[in-house]
Amino acid sequence: MGDKSSVFDMIGPIMIGPSSSHTAGVVKIGRAAVGLLGSIPIKAEITFYNSFARTYEGHGSDRAIIAGLLNLKTDDEHIKTSFDAAKEKGLTYSFRSVGNASTFHPNTVSVKIWSKERQCTLVGESKGGGVINIAEVDEFKAGFSTSLVTLIIKAHDIKGSISFISNVISQDGGNIATMSVSRKGKNDLACQVFEMDSALKTTTIDYINSLDWVIETIYLPVID
Amino acid sequence: MAYLFETFKGWNAYCTKKNCSLAESVIEYEVSQKGSLETDIYQGIAKAYGVMKEAVETGFTQDMTSNSGMISNGAKKVYHYDKPVLSKEFQNLIARALSAKEVNSCMGRVVAAPTAGASGILPGVLYTLQELHKLTDKEVYDGMLVAAGIALIIAHTSSLAGAVGGCQAETGSAAAMAAGAIVYCLGGDNNQVFNAVGITIQCMLGLVCDPVAGLVEIPCVVRNASAAAIANSSAQIALAGLDAVIPADECVEAMAEVAESMETRYKETALGGLAATKTGKRISKRVLIQDIDILPDQD
Ligand code: SF4
Repeated sequence: MGDKSSVFDMIGPIMIGPSSSHTAGVVKIGRAAVGLLGSIPIKAEITFYNSFARTYEGHGSDRAIIAGLLNLKTDDEHIKTSFDAAKEKGLTYSFRSVGNASTFHPNTVSVKIWSKERQCTLVGESKGGGVINIAEVDEFKAGFSTSLVTLIIKAHDIKGSISFISNVISQDGGNIATMSVSRKGKNDLACQVFEMDSALKTTTIDYINSLDWVIETIYLPVID
Repeated sequence: MAYLFETFKGWNAYCTKKNCSLAESVIEYEVSQKGSLETDIYQGIAKAYGVMKEAVETGFTQDMTSNSGMISNGAKKVYHYDKPVLSKEFQNLIARALSAKEVNSCMGRVVAAPTAGASGILPGVLYTLQELHKLTDKEVYDGMLVAAGIALIIAHTSSLAGAVGGCQAETGSAAAMAAGAIVYCLGGDNNQVFNAVGITIQCMLGLVCDPVAGLVEIPCVVRNASAAAIANSSAQIALAGLDAVIPADECVEAMAEVAESMETRYKETALGGLAATKTGKRISKRVLIQDIDILPDQD
């Protein structure tokens, strides 16, 4: 309803300090990465870019990203002590700073994470007020906010695949809010990203997964 | 049609015409704009007030050392110091505003009111006000609703963000919200509430945003204390019936005009003011990460 501000934008949100772009937004990026990987990682390589590169420690964004990778919520008071929790859970990590990455948003963080079975990478932007944009997934251009449910499909780039998937989603009663596709080479792999207003049935996801030109589907719930 | 919070003059006229209180008109706005129920709104406000009071307590009882080390358990020292400058109540007010803000700087849970940088002002003011005047929770909640209405109008005409309007927009707006809430809770009429807003903005006008090392610590923490004090002085003045002379709406316009001409180095960039002092730069060098791979220019 309406794009007018809420009373709770004036007195709120309830948040973990010092600032939502350095804590809440960064935690969300970490949680999105866990969603991609399918589990809490055992190893993480984290790079902070541009304005984040210098201040991530002072603002506690390093603790925030580790908290996210341990799947803590954005308002969890344990974000502050996430390094201890990582030790307990067996997550090892390293941080790096890169400046002058002119193609990246000022507040960008990238994570490369490993579980026993898988590895994935993600580039996230913290846009202020806890709003994020996942700019890249496994080196495919993406562009989703995690404030809606997201379906990511990696598939062979066959003709008509996008309209086929869109059809399947609407058969399930899903309303597609945004969609994007990015390719690696012609007729090679494509990554389709759908943001939807409501959750999909597991049978629908299973069906998409069973198509022989689909390599993998990742379903991300709304991240808070 | 609910009032849409564009000017104080309009807000006043609306409430007079509808014969409703300032707090009621804020409820009506939220119901009409967001489709919420009145009970949910009060629940949300109660939750926010709970978090504010918790933050005050947390700052007094837990270790408050920031990652940079610039903040280190200051609120406790002020709270327990044995010589009040004015009165124990004033000492408490200052200590509580510091406390909640230190919690924010030290990665604890706070309510952005209106922003994270200003998250100590309403807690310090409301906590102390309720204690001194034995207000019911409901009375405090209504004061908070009025504070939210004040912020909606400032956001509409000017801004609440340090990066846009300087610190006058952050701690200045929070102080204006708090001053209005005090006068409202103590039974002031609408004009007195808006005079408190106007007077507060007059006191906070022009304040730049110049955080040392870009961290929300110095001067942010002490500015939360001074803003809490100014909110109280303005409320005292307005409650006695003094006129702000320059109406609240025009004070907010002045804030917007000052914000517009403020150079970017005074807008959270940590390039001017205290951040650019010798000591500020030295601290910045110490606490910020220096080991950075700088990519070559793209063109
Ligand atoms: S100096 Fe800047 S960062 Fe600090 S409280 Fe004021 S507006 Fe916020």
